[in-house]
Amino acid sequence: MEPKTSSTPQAAAPSSGLQVALAWIYVGVPLLWGVSQTFIKALALFK
Amino acid sequence: MATDSFLDRSRTIAGPGFNRWLIPPAALAIHLAIGQAYAFSVFKKPMGALISGNVDAPAPDDWTPAQLGVIFSIAIVLLGLSAAVFGKWLERVGPRKAMLASALCFSGGFFIGALGVHLHNLWLVYFGYGFVGGIGLGIGYISPVSTLIKWFPDRPGVATGMAIMGFGGGAMIGSPLAVALMDHYKASAPMGVAPTFLTMGLIYLLFMLFGVFTIRVPAEGWKPEGYVPSTTSNALITTHNVDADTAIKTPQFWLLWVVLCMNVTAGIGVLETASPLIQETFSDKSMGAGLGVTAAAAAGFVGLLSLFNLLGRFFWSSASDKIGRKPTYMIYFGLGIVLYALVPTLAASASLSLFVIVSCVILSMYGGGFATIPAYLRDLFGTMQVGAIHGRLLTAWSTAGVLGPLIVNFLHESQKSKGLTGAAAYQTVFYTMAGLLVIGFLANLLVKAVDARYHVQETTAPKVAA
Repeated sequence: MEPKTSSTPQAAAPSSGLQVALAWIYVGVPLLWGVSQTFIKALALFK
Repeated sequence: MATDSFLDRSRTIAGPGFNRWLIPPAALAIHLAIGQAYAFSVFKKPMGALISGNVDAPAPDDWTPAQLGVIFSIAIVLLGLSAAVFGKWLERVGPRKAMLASALCFSGGFFIGALGVHLHNLWLVYFGYGFVGGIGLGIGYISPVSTLIKWFPDRPGVATGMAIMGFGGGAMIGSPLAVALMDHYKASAPMGVAPTFLTMGLIYLLFMLFGVFTIRVPAEGWKPEGYVPSTTSNALITTHNVDADTAIKTPQFWLLWVVLCMNVTAGIGVLETASPLIQETFSDKSMGAGLGVTAAAAAGFVGLLSLFNLLGRFFWSSASDKIGRKPTYMIYFGLGIVLYALVPTLAASASLSLFVIVSCVILSMYGGGFATIPAYLRDLFGTMQVGAIHGRLLTAWSTAGVLGPLIVNFLHESQKSKGLTGAAAYQTVFYTMAGLLVIGFLANLLVKAVDARYHVQETTAPKVAA
């Protein structure tokens, strides 16, 4: 995680670690749900 | 207009302290949504029984599987075409406006499709999910790519791998979500399809809007802290830029077009045949009573392939940052040729575990081929219009998406008509796919650095940041 330098001042505010974590949770939870559903389905191959 | 200014590129330039790790989730919000397209097959049976209400006994006026198959074909063709057509527009207006356009088209496709299902008008479904939704797919697919590459000049493969992995993951979310929703709505509408379309359109619109609001482009001249561009001489990584209109005049563009097309066509060969092949080859007859692969296990096999398709996108693309793009594609094709040629032998020798392992590796390289191509383009053509160039290259995907199933089905049917059954009926398919990989291998081998005469003169370079 590295907040970075910018050569020009712009509109967006600095971002916090919490924002980054929430953003990843927002996309990560559905992705993990989908992967887990697929994994459960895949287990049928090994039964 | 206020909305215009919010969407304007100038409003998306990141300020000091912006954390670049917010960009991959923004990209994933788009790709996880549009990746649903690869789960469209989950609607085929219910949509083919809207009148009869029984998937096992369709009515004469119910839509046929062939008619329904056209919906996905239209969407995938429009994906390639819209990515090619709107790529330069995206570079001009920036990723936020493009992501919004994608979100509106993709969700709008669901809404129009819902109306088509409700009215039982197939043309409206073609227009909605296929045409309008397909445009959303194309714009959405390319919208975060060049932005990611600019935020992660130190590891472009990792960055684009994460986003394009999302496209693979989208199907894993879309399929169980659709099944759950249709089950929920089945009492209130024929097979629950129309309300499921409406609900999914709304869910995906909201999900994608997160990407629209979060995306930022780096300020001009921005570099990651401590980042020093590699001084190691590598002719295949340019420090110059090539305009999208010029790029398509270079042999490198067309070589990569062939590379992508061959890799995708071959991968489709496995995806198309996976379920019937494993069931027909490892049946009770060949494995012994009760030991054959059941339909449920075959579905599990397809799920496993999807997982490796997803993982391969991140793994191989990240690996390409270390070993280089050209060697990575050499692995895809070199190893691929061997593995594809092995599949019929493994099937004939009833080596189920080896068959599964080989198929999984093949699918990981299929996914890797998609995820590594943006970084390969960036290496050869620079970052200036890499999104637009990538968009034009995606016509290779559309071509493969149509040609792949045609070739596979034609070869399989012709073998069956000769009386071949089980694994024998698939031999020609896999040997042909291995042959296609040879073409891809040679095309990749011929890739050299882009000639300096194609480079944009820096003094006249258009001011585009993402």
